[in-house]
Amino acid sequence: MRKYLVKRLLQVIPTLFFVLLITFLLLKLIPGDPAMVILGPEARAEDIARFRQQLGLDKPVLVQFLLYLKRVLTGDLGKSLIYKQDVLSLILERFPTTFVLSVSALFIAVLVGIPAGILSAVKHNSFTDLLITVLALIGISIPIFWFGMVLIIVFSLKLGWLPAVGLGSLDKGIWDVVKHLILPSFALGILSMGTITRFTRSSMLEVLRQDYVRTAYAKGLRKRLIIYRHALRNALVPIITVIGLQLGNLLAGAVLTETVFALPGLGKLMVDAIMRRDFMLVQGEVLFVAVTYIFINLLVDVVYAVVNPKIRQSYERG
Amino acid sequence: MTFRRILKSKSALAGFVIITLDLILAIFAPFIATHSYDEMDFMYVLAKPGEGGHIFGTDDYGRDIFSRLVYGARVSLMVGVVAVGIGALIGTVLGILSGYFGGFLDSLIMRFMDALLSFPYVLLAIAMMAVLGPGLFNAMIAIGVVMVPSFARVVRSAVLNVKNEDFVIASKVLGASNLRVIFHHIFPNIVPSLIIYSSLNFAGAVISEATLSFLGLGIQPPTPSWGSMLSEAKDFLQVAPHMAIFPGLAILLTCLGFNLLGDGLRDVLDPRLRT
Repeated sequence: MRKYLVKRLLQVIPTLFFVLLITFLLLKLIPGDPAMVILGPEARAEDIARFRQQLGLDKPVLVQFLLYLKRVLTGDLGKSLIYKQDVLSLILERFPTTFVLSVSALFIAVLVGIPAGILSAVKHNSFTDLLITVLALIGISIPIFWFGMVLIIVFSLKLGWLPAVGLGSLDKGIWDVVKHLILPSFALGILSMGTITRFTRSSMLEVLRQDYVRTAYAKGLRKRLIIYRHALRNALVPIITVIGLQLGNLLAGAVLTETVFALPGLGKLMVDAIMRRDFMLVQGEVLFVAVTYIFINLLVDVVYAVVNPKIRQSYERG
Repeated sequence: MTFRRILKSKSALAGFVIITLDLILAIFAPFIATHSYDEMDFMYVLAKPGEGGHIFGTDDYGRDIFSRLVYGARVSLMVGVVAVGIGALIGTVLGILSGYFGGFLDSLIMRFMDALLSFPYVLLAIAMMAVLGPGLFNAMIAIGVVMVPSFARVVRSAVLNVKNEDFVIASKVLGASNLRVIFHHIFPNIVPSLIIYSSLNFAGAVISEATLSFLGLGIQPPTPSWGSMLSEAKDFLQVAPHMAIFPGLAILLTCLGFNLLGDGLRDVLDPRLRT
């Protein structure tokens, strides 16, 4: 297990390096003089000169990249132009909202997706199967920001059951916050719901075809027991990976959901940064999400190795 | 033969029909649209569907929503074709280089692709657009670039599958050049994967374009795009929900079409990939 962990950790290093290279190159794409563009039209000439020196814009590109690496590794993601604040502290301030939204979206997606997938596999080739398959496909084809609007129209504006925008306040009790989170989490979760359903279905179908399941049936065990105890346990292993990978996509999807539901998270920060051309903030946020995503993947792989001895052993032998 | 098998797959057929309808809308837009896409009917601002001869109603400028949807199909399909083209072309070249030659080049390319994949799909496109500036051309490039790594991976694994087949080795032994082996023996074998992934990625491109335009980064007014129509609709959910409903349905149906086609093609062309 330790061998596997070390190997997997070492694999992260080149990926991180390239991610940093990409975020560095992102600002290189700016047409014109980056210092002037980043600081905006109101910047004084001496500020621009100082900024240019800070980023090493007068030096060769390689040196600029090394300077960027050094800044990032010391936790300095630059300063936001519109908020006049450290980019990293801004991100950390907003991250909890986005995180809670993403996790509750994932929760809803798993809660609906896995049972739907099981049902679909168990009733293979029936009408229920067809219905679930089509719904899952709609789930992955739907633009989540539009789905969010539809939810607002139906559940807030027409029925008046749930609030449309904002985060609610903890002072009014936890229920107020939960109420505000239901629609955005559902809107965001629909995407992963489809993926998880489809994956659970195919994984279950695969397992139900195995000899040991047939043996269990032959032994006369109850269907329920076979499905949940024998089949699902093995089918769940690959599903864990898919669920883990969803979290990264949900963090990005939150950009859109937060825009529709006016939630003060990373996504809202990102959109504001883009609209007001705050490039340091855009760069910092993109880097933050990518790095978070990489570490979630790492965590998922480790969990996967823990639940699946085959992977672990192949590393221990080799 | 294969084509007949594809049409037998209900999913592929359904997808095919939806996409054909989209194509008809896009190509014959001027004949199908009942109004011009930027004509403002001040008598009927925010008209409900059916009022004043506007089938799907009008938007906050009194523009006919049905006609804007029809013209919007052009933008969606154009972005899809160009973006998938860029992604497939660059991805195929990188995937073949990586899979065929292996070694350090393979590691270098694949690590870079891994890094690109560490950015959640839309986020990288959004970031690129933020820097490049909004517009149709930039949107196509940004969406295309984001697709490169998934194509590269699929092509690479397809190449690895055929690379050590007897017919490839035989051709090398007979003295065929690398280029000849690649074009005559490797490439034809990766075409099925390419077709499947192009169809699935097309759905991704349509959503991505809508997403960028929704955030105000894609197609600029007054050119109608389904995403920008939704962006405008956002402020009128209370008074004119129809402004949001129809463009969203158009995006949903189109994506569904490409996903259905991709799924169906996968079942027919490459059953091993079935999920």
